[in-house]
Amino acid sequence: MVPLSHYLILSAVLFCIAVAGVFLNRKNVIVLLMAIELMLLAVNTNFVAFSRYLGDTTGQVFVFFVLTVAAAEAAIGLAILVVLFRNRRSINVDDLDRMKG
Amino acid sequence: MRYVYLGIPLAPLAGAIVAGLFGAFWPRLGRAACHWAAILGVAVAFALSLVVLWEQTLGGGEPWNGAIYTWMVSDGIRFEIGFLVDRLTALMVTTVTFVSLMVHIYTIGYMHDDPGYRRFFAYIALFTFSMLMLVMSNNFLQLFFGWEAVGLVSYLLIGFWFKRETAIYANLKAFLVNRVGDFGFVLGIAAILAYFHSLDYADVFTAAPMARDLTIEVLPGLEWPVITLICLLLFVGAMGKSAQVPLHVWLPDSMEGPTPISALIHAATMVTAGIFMVARMSPLYELSETALSVVLVIGAVTAFATGLLGLVQHDIKRVIAYSTLSQLGYMTVALGASAYAAAIFHLMTHAFFKALLFLAAGSVIIALHHEQDMRKMGGLRRYMPVTYWTALIGSLALIGTPGFSGFYSKEHIIEAAHGASRWGAELAYWAVLAGVFVTALYTFRMFFLVFHGRERMDEHARAHLRESPKVVTVPLVLLAIPSVAVGALTIEPLLFGGWFGEAIRVAPEHDVLAGLAAHFHGAWAYALHAVRTPPFWLAAAGVLTAAVVYLWRPALAGLAVRVARPLYLALVHKYWADDFNEIVLAGGARRLGRLLWQVGDVLVIDGAMVNGTARLVGMVAAVARHVQTGYLYHYAFAMLIGLLAMTSWLLGLMR
Amino acid sequence: MLSTLSDLTLMAPELWLAAMACVVLVADVYAGGGRGTVAYLLAQLALLGGMWLLLADAVPAPEALFGGAFLRDPLADVLKAAVLVLTVAVFAYARGYLQGRGLDRGEYYVLGLFGVLGMMVLISAGNLLTLYLGLELLALSLYAMVALHRDSLEASEAAMKYFVLGALASGMMLYGISLLYGVTGSLALDVVARAAAADASDPVMLLALAFVIVGVAFKLGAVPFHMWIPDVYHGAPAAVALYVGAAPKIAGFALAMRLLVEGLGGLQAEWADMLVVLAVLSIAIGNVVAIAQTNIKRMLGYSTISHIGFLLLGLIAGTRDGYGAAMFYALTYALMAAGAFGVVAIMSRRSEAELLDDYRGLNARNPWLAFMMLILMFSMAGVPPTVGFYAKLTVLKAVIDVGALWLAVVAVAFSIVGAFYYLRVVKLMYFDEPPEEAAVRAGLQAGTVLSANGLAVLGLGLLPGALLALCLQVVG
Repeated sequence: MVPLSHYLILSAVLFCIAVAGVFLNRKNVIVLLMAIELMLLAVNTNFVAFSRYLGDTTGQVFVFFVLTVAAAEAAIGLAILVVLFRNRRSINVDDLDRMKG
Repeated sequence: MRYVYLGIPLAPLAGAIVAGLFGAFWPRLGRAACHWAAILGVAVAFALSLVVLWEQTLGGGEPWNGAIYTWMVSDGIRFEIGFLVDRLTALMVTTVTFVSLMVHIYTIGYMHDDPGYRRFFAYIALFTFSMLMLVMSNNFLQLFFGWEAVGLVSYLLIGFWFKRETAIYANLKAFLVNRVGDFGFVLGIAAILAYFHSLDYADVFTAAPMARDLTIEVLPGLEWPVITLICLLLFVGAMGKSAQVPLHVWLPDSMEGPTPISALIHAATMVTAGIFMVARMSPLYELSETALSVVLVIGAVTAFATGLLGLVQHDIKRVIAYSTLSQLGYMTVALGASAYAAAIFHLMTHAFFKALLFLAAGSVIIALHHEQDMRKMGGLRRYMPVTYWTALIGSLALIGTPGFSGFYSKEHIIEAAHGASRWGAELAYWAVLAGVFVTALYTFRMFFLVFHGRERMDEHARAHLRESPKVVTVPLVLLAIPSVAVGALTIEPLLFGGWFGEAIRVAPEHDVLAGLAAHFHGAWAYALHAVRTPPFWLAAAGVLTAAVVYLWRPALAGLAVRVARPLYLALVHKYWADDFNEIVLAGGARRLGRLLWQVGDVLVIDGAMVNGTARLVGMVAAVARHVQTGYLYHYAFAMLIGLLAMTSWLLGLMR
Repeated sequence: MLSTLSDLTLMAPELWLAAMACVVLVADVYAGGGRGTVAYLLAQLALLGGMWLLLADAVPAPEALFGGAFLRDPLADVLKAAVLVLTVAVFAYARGYLQGRGLDRGEYYVLGLFGVLGMMVLISAGNLLTLYLGLELLALSLYAMVALHRDSLEASEAAMKYFVLGALASGMMLYGISLLYGVTGSLALDVVARAAAADASDPVMLLALAFVIVGVAFKLGAVPFHMWIPDVYHGAPAAVALYVGAAPKIAGFALAMRLLVEGLGGLQAEWADMLVVLAVLSIAIGNVVAIAQTNIKRMLGYSTISHIGFLLLGLIAGTRDGYGAAMFYALTYALMAAGAFGVVAIMSRRSEAELLDDYRGLNARNPWLAFMMLILMFSMAGVPPTVGFYAKLTVLKAVIDVGALWLAVVAVAFSIVGAFYYLRVVKLMYFDEPPEEAAVRAGLQAGTVLSANGLAVLGLGLLPGALLALCLQVVG
């Protein structure tokens, strides 16, 4: 059986990739949405691993909720993306700089 | 009863809010609605104060002392809104609300054509609220609040006609002079807080006798009893508010305000706040012989010196204003002689007859289309019978004609000064005695010049002369009644019956009124006995002199001016007090101020500290805002840094 | 576990709001020409009905539903009542703005109601799952609301920034929650609390703490998790900035109370250390950078950040007085923010009046509006006798009582710096010439609500005792 720590390390690595994706990516907003999705998946991995390890199902229940919320979040994110594209004809992260200071 | 007490100040406040806010922002709410709102508020307050007065006297109610609301508690000191309702309060509240109600009604007629009609009603109702808060307070914080609030409204009202330059100057002057007084007052309160660690009257009064032997080093090597210092500082506040020499200069100028204000604020109520405060603080003042002597002397000087100034004024309102100053001096003398009850008694009778005189003067002023110069009046008796008779009653009360209310109160102040044994009492006695002659002289000079003699107004004005409308004359009549009767009716309980109970505390060895009680056998006997006392003859001589000089032999006035030229000049220039203030105090202060400004402010504070700091903050802000670059990844990066800093800190705790 | 009917009555306000939000959504689709009106009236009805259900059945002592997932206690009742009242006011202010700007569709009210529902669930959270769901429901509604003005460049940019940062923050917080679950084996806050109290030095627990603080700090807008605030306030339509600025601060306070105080109370010393840094940075940066702003919505955004710093001070104190003070601060700040943004919304009906210069000479154009703004600005600056002064005072007192005098000194110093930009608004309104003469009309509804709001700020400053006592009572 794979020990718990392997799952946790995997999850941490996924999480770091996701966070790095958010602030290293300067081109495409869609990549940001993907990074956010990845972050939630890292969390889900954590939950499932803990749930299995603890023999307690609530963690898996939580995962269902996270998945649902993630779907809603993705929908809203994409909707905002569409609005943004309509106004600006670009989904470049670097272009989001009208407001600052 | 608590709600009755609360209702007394709140009713005028509600009136002020309705008349002010709604009047200003919903112009459709008519003028009548505004004055009804204000009058209703004050009328309710008057009715409630009658209830309180009844309860405190006939109803046999106990004095009530309690907090209504605790604003905050800091370091064990409670900052509260609370009421102390005893007979002193009840009497003051009734007087204030009655005069205020009369003035409110009178204002409908007097301010009829003024564009600031609504504003005016809002102000005077607000004033009534503030004054009631001051009078009903049971602690120094609320006293100070009321003190400043009445000052603020007074300031606003003196400058009510803010387009007149003189009005602006006058309200500035009132403001500045009162700041001098308030400075002392605040220091006094601060000293009380420092030594007694409480702002509550009852606590302070209980603790005061214990603090009798405490001293404080005022200047290096100069030790003063703490109580004396506190009393003197508080009295500086009273000097400002009650216009005692040398802080009296603002009161005559305050006559720039509309006449109802002169009657309500600058004669009947606000200026007596200082007198009331000292009487309220009697448990403190009784502990300091020195402070009482200072009070006595200041009062005596004010009573005599300002009375003389009334002789040379031509403006009818200024004559009455100087008369107010002089009468406030009388009250102060009574305080200084430990005859607090007599001071409050005179405060009450004076409120009625002085408000009456002012309102009568106002009635004359309306009839002459806002002419205030007595040289352009004369012979008005024929045209304005109601005003004439009520003014006569007011004048007779003012000079102390036996039987009238002013007689009883003033006579006892003179007797009290005579009976007092502290330092300065001798001087005070002669000053108030001589003051009687002066009072009679200026009062009847004014009376004869206005109502008798040749008609000196121009033809146009004469053609329009007629008696004022009912809203003006009814308050005059209603004020005339107490001006005649209240003295005889109330003297016995007020002065000799120990009526005030614990509200006024007099040490037995100071109690001059107790000595007078032996000679008092009823109000009428006292009035009849007056014929055998000097004040009666002095007053009669004053009236006679006025009649001779201003009625029968007008040339004598010119002669007198020539004979006593130095005195006349001194009076016309008001003892050069204004010039002194202007040149020496204000000029010196300005020079000192400019020096400090150039060195201290411009170089150090403005240059280095304020502008320097402001510039620094501005620069920092201008730089710091660039941290907010607008780029999403920088924002995310900031969050990541925050997260990493926190994790490393927390995990660092492990090691 | 089966819930009985009486259990459900305890969450009647939430059920009612959820149902009404759906009703508004459907009604909005079918209603004809004056669509906004129907949605608006139904939304207000929903809020008032929720209020009635809440107050009709206020609980004297804590009750738990669904195995402790949903808590109904006096703290929750008071916070929910405040959220509902504020939202009523917010909708009333927003109405005129939405009509004037062609946004008068049901969306604003539907999203607003869902946001309120999210806040109420969050406030009542008894375990980490409920907490997360409430938080996300609120956040998702807010993202969509910010993008409400579909043709506005700023609005869509602000929505995108808010969305990405918000998702990042909630991801971090969720990671922390998963660690907490792993350490304690439970999602229930009381179990977590027992575990935290038992072993305060577990490294995983501390790691989890750092992650969940991110979520709390982001929701409140504390430095360095504040960067969304100026941009969102700036870019969002005034009516939305109004919504974001008011009630969610109360939800943020509830989040901190549930998660940090009730859940991780055993780690108070640790998280207080974190919050000290966040609070000082917030007060400093918020007040200083606000000075450089020319856009009033942005300025109010930085002002929010500085006020959040003050709110955190109360939590840092870690005493009952401190929590009570923080709650008092959250409630009164939300009230002030609603009023100030309400004025901005009233001013922005024809076009976005967001520059400070648009407020020049407001006194000449509408004296009452200017006077209300004056009270609100004084209150935010902390001038007595307004409630802002009293709120600051109680928080500072709580901090001083635990011996952190230096914190109080720093806070006061920066709020003096901050007074400048509030008073600048007052100066502009009263002493500068108006750019145009046309009078500004608030309308009866917004005008009445604004008057009540401004006078409440003044009245609570004069008579703060009852509210403060209530706050102290419910946090204790």
